Amino acid sequence: MIGSVVSLAADLAAGRVSAVELASDALARAQASTLNAFITIDPERTLQEARAADALRANGAAGPLTGVPFAQKDIFCAKGWRTTAGSRMLGNFVAPYDATLVVKGKAAGLVTIGRANMDEFAMGSSNENSAFGPVRNPWDPARVPGGSSGGSAAAVAAGIVPAATGTDTGGSIRQPASFCGITGIKPTYGVVSRYGMIAYASSLDQAGPMARSAHDCAMLLNVMAGFDPRDATSLPRETEDYARRLEQPFEGLRVGVPVGWLGDGVSADVRVAVEAGLAELERLGARRVEVSLPHARYAIAAYYVIAPAEASSNLSRYDGVRYGHRASAYTDLADMYARSRSEGFGGEVRRRILVGTYVLSAGYYDAYYLKAQQVRRLVAQDFAAAFGQCDVIAGPTAPSVAYRLGEKTADPVEMYLGDVYTTLVNLAGLPALSLPCGTGEAGMPVGLQLIGRAFSEAQLLNVAHQFQRVTDHHERTPAGEGRGVAK
Amino acid sequence: MSLTSDDVRKVARLARLVVAEDDIVPTLDNLNRTLALVEQMRTVETSGIEPMAHAHDMSLRLREDLVTEPDEREALMANAPAVEEGLFLVPRVIE
Repeated sequence: MIGSVVSLAADLAAGRVSAVELASDALARAQASTLNAFITIDPERTLQEARAADALRANGAAGPLTGVPFAQKDIFCAKGWRTTAGSRMLGNFVAPYDATLVVKGKAAGLVTIGRANMDEFAMGSSNENSAFGPVRNPWDPARVPGGSSGGSAAAVAAGIVPAATGTDTGGSIRQPASFCGITGIKPTYGVVSRYGMIAYASSLDQAGPMARSAHDCAMLLNVMAGFDPRDATSLPRETEDYARRLEQPFEGLRVGVPVGWLGDGVSADVRVAVEAGLAELERLGARRVEVSLPHARYAIAAYYVIAPAEASSNLSRYDGVRYGHRASAYTDLADMYARSRSEGFGGEVRRRILVGTYVLSAGYYDAYYLKAQQVRRLVAQDFAAAFGQCDVIAGPTAPSVAYRLGEKTADPVEMYLGDVYTTLVNLAGLPALSLPCGTGEAGMPVGLQLIGRAFSEAQLLNVAHQFQRVTDHHERTPAGEGRGVAK
Repeated sequence: MSLTSDDVRKVARLARLVVAEDDIVPTLDNLNRTLALVEQMRTVETSGIEPMAHAHDMSLRLREDLVTEPDEREALMANAPAVEEGLFLVPRVIE
């Protein structure tokens, strides 16, 4: 089994292994896998990156993560790589430039093993909306890995790569992390640059790392985060070392559990595992308090107005003119637009564009979009009030463990309801992390979600790391063997 | 608020999407289910609440109006379906 980001970084630094060797091994695993976690694998390009990483080290210019292999969610433009966003619309699109996140990864010497499969344009919670086929959960291939970063989560959980990039607009890092038994963090809005990240909902989208442990995530966040003048929503802030307080004990940390979050809304197996996780935090010195988020139950509804609305605007650029799919038969320009878009976009994307167009249209804007933005402020105010009584909010990431492929595809709203604990965090722009805290039905992983005040990523990672020092849920692999992850 | 088939046709036109006639009813059904979910939040008391467009209530930053990018026209046009002499080709719009 492969090591963690931390252990592989140590092996590389000590010269026990080269980037090329790690990349070759990872490529072999990726190509042998039947999980469909990757949309594009390009061994030549990968080995080029690996050789460049080894050269950096030979020149004494290696950084902490130089040579570490990872999976890149297929939503980040990377020069020369096919970049599809999981869609037929971009099925042949080769990015002509690098996203800022990609530039940073290259500078750090990270090696792309492949482009991770995802729900189309990041719209989905099960990775069943990909134009390139669904991804399977490594713990049970008949079940979904979660979405939209399903390929990223599966690749890490299956031990193909130690780390992956993901994006989270309504839970798309945290929920797949929960379903696949790995750790993932969505940073505060504005911390990671969105330049070159194919847009879904611009006021909600945020990129983040997915790996087996909080320590690994902290190392990756150090590479990913930082002010970018090219992203108008990027926040000018001092550089942070997200690993700086991993070892801090947290005696007296107030952990707020929102009223009703461990009631009928979660399945019994999830409740048991999350309660056990909370008890573990208390054993580590945390103090559990009850908090109230009264508008949380409206967050899903507000999200499914705001996100589709923003998506309808963002996806209007796909018109078959400058890039992307163009229909082969059409009568005139308007027909070309409509046919190209309808052929290029899958069903869920078309549905969300229609919802978004409707709620922004004349006569409905105030009743829906404006109203949703008001509810958004109420949700943010609830969080601010709750953080007056606690330091970190904790609860389930998802209401259930991973469900079966095809189980929730008949009614889209049924799938949307699975986002009940994640979407409210994106509305408020706060950071949140999911870490494995146990297993539920059929031995499937359960995630514990930690939500923090704005810019409290280092604290969230600290709490998760301390939890992972005394538990081993994050070390379990589908094969059942421990991975000997360095702590 | 429940949509009608005519609403679907109108919204599809606005969104530049084709919804085939035999797709109208299933699409309508899906949209209405989503709007039923959305209805929940319309009952919330929000008078006097300022709409929130950005998590930190920030305005977008502006930058100096200076040329900072190199000319990469060819690379940027490489994914276009039809080009000629540095122009994107589309069906004729002016008679």
